[in-house]
Amino acid sequence: MSVKRLLRHTAWICWKDLLEFSRSKMRVVMLILMPLLMMVMVGFIFPSGSSISHQPVAIANQDLAVDGISFGDRFISQLAAVNNQTGMMDISNATGFDDIKTMIQDGEISGGIIVPANFTSDLLHHKQGSITVMTDQSNPQMSAMMQSVLTAVIEQLGTQVAEYNLNQTYNVSLEDAPAILQPYNVETKGIVPGNPNYFEFVAPGIMAMVVMMSLMTGLPHAISYEKDMGTLDGMLVAPTSRWAIILGKVSSQSIRGLIQGFVILVLAVALFGVAIHGSILLVVLLIMLTVFSFVGLGILITSFADKEETATMVMMTLMFPMMFLSGVFFPIQQMPAFMQTIANFLPLTYAATAMRKVMVLGAGTPAIFTEVLILAVFGIVTLTIAVPMFKKAMSR
Amino acid sequence: MSDIAINASNLTKKFGDFTAVDHVTFQVKTGEIFGLLGPNGAGKSTAIRMLSTLSVPTEGSATVAGFDVKKADGKVREHIGLVSEKMIMYDELTARENLRLFGELYDIPKDVLSKRIAKLLSFVRMEQWADHRIDTFSTGMKQRINVIRALVNQPEILFLDEPTLGLDPQSTAEIRELVRRINIENRTTIILTTHMMAEADMLCDRIGIIDHGKIVALDTPGNLKRSISGTDTTFFEFEIPNLDTNTLMSIKSIGSVKSVVQDDPTHVKVTSSGDDSFDILIDALRKNGAQIRTVRNLEPSLEDVFLRITGHEVRDSVAKSPAPERKHGPPGMRSNKRVR
Repeated sequence: MSVKRLLRHTAWICWKDLLEFSRSKMRVVMLILMPLLMMVMVGFIFPSGSSISHQPVAIANQDLAVDGISFGDRFISQLAAVNNQTGMMDISNATGFDDIKTMIQDGEISGGIIVPANFTSDLLHHKQGSITVMTDQSNPQMSAMMQSVLTAVIEQLGTQVAEYNLNQTYNVSLEDAPAILQPYNVETKGIVPGNPNYFEFVAPGIMAMVVMMSLMTGLPHAISYEKDMGTLDGMLVAPTSRWAIILGKVSSQSIRGLIQGFVILVLAVALFGVAIHGSILLVVLLIMLTVFSFVGLGILITSFADKEETATMVMMTLMFPMMFLSGVFFPIQQMPAFMQTIANFLPLTYAATAMRKVMVLGAGTPAIFTEVLILAVFGIVTLTIAVPMFKKAMSR
Repeated sequence: MSDIAINASNLTKKFGDFTAVDHVTFQVKTGEIFGLLGPNGAGKSTAIRMLSTLSVPTEGSATVAGFDVKKADGKVREHIGLVSEKMIMYDELTARENLRLFGELYDIPKDVLSKRIAKLLSFVRMEQWADHRIDTFSTGMKQRINVIRALVNQPEILFLDEPTLGLDPQSTAEIRELVRRINIENRTTIILTTHMMAEADMLCDRIGIIDHGKIVALDTPGNLKRSISGTDTTFFEFEIPNLDTNTLMSIKSIGSVKSVVQDDPTHVKVTSSGDDSFDILIDALRKNGAQIRTVRNLEPSLEDVFLRITGHEVRDSVAKSPAPERKHGPPGMRSNKRVR
């Protein structure tokens, strides 16, 4: 069978699938709606730090003033000033540790700050002043939020302590000082300009995931369903290569996956302010590679499963662990070691990582070489096993 | 074109321990309508699937249109058309789109294909429905499209697997007429399977009776019927309103009676031999107090042939040896009592 003939048959089978798909308006709407909902959903349930607001927080100021000076009071007024700008917290007062603990347990507050009695005296005697932060551990976002607020407060407080020390020790007023060295300074810097948000983290992974999902759910439908219905026999009894059937089915499913992938890409850029720092062409090529790496797995499962329902169930069972373990929603580094090991065996991990490297970090081909290699090898190995299995399953 | 369209020799298909088709040997002559007759699960569909290259034989060999189904399956496919038990059509596409898709898979040039599709549609008087979706059609209309779909490549040999299954009487008659026209007008060799005796009798030039995977008889319908009626065997059907088990048992015990089949509470079919068999039967019935309302002397039917050859009636042989694909549904509904 000539290649030209193979490709022509492939195109016809692919066209048939897409034509059939397009005959239902509902399906076409869902094709676009699914990635849209996915993006909106993850965007709002996984907020970035700045989107938290009005969290109830109690402050216990036990600081004793020294010579009429209380850094504890200054800390609190500074905290209030920072909070006025961000509106993250609703501040109330508490007496101490036990009081805050009870309030957290009762659900009245999500966190507390304790300024100890010797805070001012420690600072004046060149010791480190310590502040205790208590958070509701059932709310993991709280500690990140408290930390970001306190960093800002302490940074500004540091300037004040420096001013005071200058004034007290050297009798130099602020106006006369040529420069002020702050006792500490916090600086966060990324490797690309701008502040990365959660969308930038999650969009590349979701793209890889949606491409995988549409292939993994689409292939069993496209092949097993036709087998159940008996229509596959029509193609099998025609003088066309089994390859044309496989390729035709795969390309129609890939086109659907690509459409969804691009919907996400466009939404991410247009609505959620995601900037693509790498080459768009590389992103497209990566999506295609992702398709390739999952095709073998899809065909393999389809060949093993006797019915469409079986195939769909097997796909679902494999898909969910992949979605959550592959670092699409949560960074792999946050997972326990054994989970990380599992993640390293999942092809989606590499697809998501490579996509993120290119889109968020602006990486070029050399930086994603390992991921590309692993995806390609995974695709080749699964296809090598899957195609003979498929041919055998078709001639039962 | 040779005289032999299909040559199957020791064709066998096993699914695990179950033998669906058991060393079947037969030939189909070019231009004839050949029927494979047998109950569901007898192995008809499996035989068709092997001959149409959809299933690889476990043992034995077959040539179709002069090509080996194992070694030259691609060549075989170019010369055959298949109407399967399940319709090979996409419901959401139009009739024309379906025909076009399958035509393209046979590499028919575009203009030739367009003309051929138009001709096929008019052949089954479906021109005005060409651009309507299949799911808007009635079952009979669907089956007409399904049959011409198998003709897009102008096959020399057409396989029809239970072509009238599930159709109403009118559509059944239409499809049978269509099969005859395809055979006559296109000179297409047709091999069809059916579990309906009347259908095989009406359509086929020759019939192979298949039971439990084996061909148990093969001849023309006329010869098959003569083979059991040529002797002194006679067939009677009695209508007896007060028919009971004792009566049945007593006529069954008569030496010249070969088989007794009760069709419903008041009808019984009896096969017997000997010149005086009718008198003996009447005497036995009267002795038991049976009130005979009617009696008919029956022509032997293919059903009788099947009964005589296989020793059991045509019904799903599922109850005895379940085929792997047919696990669901009540096994072999027993609608009529059998006394032998």
